[in-house]
Amino acid sequence: MFDLTGKNALITGASGGIGGEIAKTLHGAGATVVLSGTRLEPLEALAAELGDRAHVLTCNLSDADSVEALPKAAIEAMGSVDILVNNAGITRDNLFMRMKDDEWDSVLNVNLTSTMRLCRGVLRGMMKARWGRIINISSIVGATGNPGQANYAASKAGMVGMSKSLAYEIANRGITVNAVAPGFIATAMTDKLTDDQKEKINVQIPAARMGNPEEIAAAVLYLASQEAGYVTGATLHVNGGMAML
Amino acid sequence: MSDIADRVKKIVVEHLSVEESKVAENASFIDDLGADSLDTVELVMAFEEEFGIEIPDDAAETIQTFGDAVKFITEAS
Repeated sequence: MFDLTGKNALITGASGGIGGEIAKTLHGAGATVVLSGTRLEPLEALAAELGDRAHVLTCNLSDADSVEALPKAAIEAMGSVDILVNNAGITRDNLFMRMKDDEWDSVLNVNLTSTMRLCRGVLRGMMKARWGRIINISSIVGATGNPGQANYAASKAGMVGMSKSLAYEIANRGITVNAVAPGFIATAMTDKLTDDQKEKINVQIPAARMGNPEEIAAAVLYLASQEAGYVTGATLHVNGGMAML
Repeated sequence: MSDIADRVKKIVVEHLSVEESKVAENASFIDDLGADSLDTVELVMAFEEEFGIEIPDDAAETIQTFGDAVKFITEAS
């Protein structure tokens, strides 16, 4: 089950905790992967760890030209992009009343607009192949909201609306578009929290713990698989019960 | 019939699964040949590849019939 042999996957934000794990999991299932991110060094380290079937392409998602070039370069490297995982994202948290236009714009631009551009860039090949999987990594806060994250939550909710609309348009071409919405996931970012802060988070989670990147990667693997061909326009919430949607 | 028209007709017949005889000069892809809006996008993509040309979005919107397509491609190539 969930064999991705012969499939080519482009993963953005692959230098991060969740993105790296997604790349490992898809690669482990047999896919060829393009690891994309802003920092070359961790991407190359991951590619070296994966060995064969792993390519590295750096991309600055805040730059439109760089984003437009990424799918083309990925197709050149692998021959096609059959699976696109839009995982990269940034935060620029601030209270709504203090939020600057550039904090709003940069988060929407990187998280939502670049996702749209990358989807558009891979569609031609997927339409021709009559097969494709697009998985957009949203967030629990896109559904629930979060104080200090109006921009981030808007971008993540926007990804869900965009995914559903696109899913509608191309469902009869064998292409599925879905979102995965992680809750609190233990990464380098959450390692910085104090035990007290972690405890406060855990009491809000019925599973009483943070999730692991592997648990997000497993959801992505499912949605990328042949077996998930009838699942489209869905949002898979992986949050330990923190929000039951 | 010109070579271009033959090649365009072949693409239309294959892509929309229609009888060759239905692909007349003024046959509308959507109204007469059963295409949906996404089919028309795919047809334009197929024309671009077959003829090695680029069809910008605003030009693509004017290609409504088989005759439109032949005319545009003849002028572009």
